[in-house]
Amino acid sequence: MAENTHKEAVAGEHQVHTSTGAHGSEQPQFPPFNTDTYSSQLVWLTLTFTLLYVLMSRLVLPRIGEVIDERRERIQRDLDTAERLKTDTDRALADYEKALADARANAGAIARETRGKLDAKVAKRQAAADAENAAQIAIAEKRIQDTRTKALASVDEIATDVAAAVVKQLTDADVSAADIRSALSSRTS
Amino acid sequence: MMMTLIKGSTVAAEGHGHSPIEQFEIRELVPINLFGIDASLTNSGAYMLVALGLIFSFLYFSTGGRSLVPTRLQSISEILYEFIASTVRENVGAKGMQFFPLVFTLFIFVLVLNLLGMIPIPGVTFTVTSHIAVTATLALLVISIVIVYGLYTHGIGFFGIFVPSGVPPALLPLLIPIEIISFISRPISLSVRLFANMLAGHIALKIFAGFIGLLLGGGIWALLAPLPLALTVALTALEVLVAVLQAYVFAVLTCIYLSDAVHGAH
Repeated sequence: MAENTHKEAVAGEHQVHTSTGAHGSEQPQFPPFNTDTYSSQLVWLTLTFTLLYVLMSRLVLPRIGEVIDERRERIQRDLDTAERLKTDTDRALADYEKALADARANAGAIARETRGKLDAKVAKRQAAADAENAAQIAIAEKRIQDTRTKALASVDEIATDVAAAVVKQLTDADVSAADIRSALSSRTS
Repeated sequence: MMMTLIKGSTVAAEGHGHSPIEQFEIRELVPINLFGIDASLTNSGAYMLVALGLIFSFLYFSTGGRSLVPTRLQSISEILYEFIASTVRENVGAKGMQFFPLVFTLFIFVLVLNLLGMIPIPGVTFTVTSHIAVTATLALLVISIVIVYGLYTHGIGFFGIFVPSGVPPALLPLLIPIEIISFISRPISLSVRLFANMLAGHIALKIFAGFIGLLLGGGIWALLAPLPLALTVALTALEVLVAVLQAYVFAVLTCIYLSDAVHGAH
């Protein structure tokens, strides 16, 4: 490659690009300021830069941009999904708590109702038992009353008999039973 | 004395060169004459073609998978994309994104050409961007786009960029010429900055590398050879940094100039 430095060998009609050793009298030229090389540099710069620009703007950059946008969208979508799922979870949790509270309230109601029912039943049974007791008590009292009345009636008879006997013994007079009975009742009443 | 020292050193280091500027020489590879214009394929043109091929194949094939979870190579392409995209967005704004492909192409082209010049291949290594013809053409392209687009979107009002706002009218006759000169000097500074950085860096590298060979061949002086070697290593790292930085600077300045065209008078 170093041999190409000397252009005379390669391009006859081309101007000498590099000045090293070519011109004996001239001072060696500083390559960046050698205007002879400008046209070829410009041609290739224009060519490669234009081609690069077209490739970048048409092919490469849209592709990279697309991938980046897609990723950004995907992340956003995932975040949105996460947000939605979280809302769903929160709602489900609220629902659950509400259901729990309802169930508790329900259970309380059932317990109260059951208690009420049982209380009513107990009260009814108690009332029935009380009524039965009262009836029996009434019957018993009636019997006692009867017995007493009978006994009292017997006492009158005995008193009459005793009085008739006492009167007979004392006065030897026969007093009729009816008289004695009226006399006794007038005394006692 | 110094020149012979440098000349001798490069001969010792490279074996074929004559001076530190030998590396900037344009050598014809395939002579082509296009309608009387010299369009020969030279080492410069070949380097541009290599850069074109490398850039395209890397960016194209690394993103071939279009994976949602990027591969390593794909993430390099994406980082480059996002880096330039954010630079354009920050400096020119959302409206400037139409220039993103241009800025990206300029950046990647200059970057790869700068870096290719850092790969030492004896007798071959050449830095395309160390030639003012190339950097000036790119700078003129940028400035032409700024002027054409500025006139196209703002009409004659585009020249309002030469009139600084909030300045007493008495000062305007002084300031307008300064603004015009600063505008004209933009393509010059844009092109010369890149050109001079690449040129100076490569010359410095070559000179210090040449000292190593010279000292090694100088008897007892060989003991000092590690000094320029260390310096060359450090300079190489610096030059890689400069190669990347100058490509970035070129892209950022392009964005700043484009911002004038997009937003008009400031």
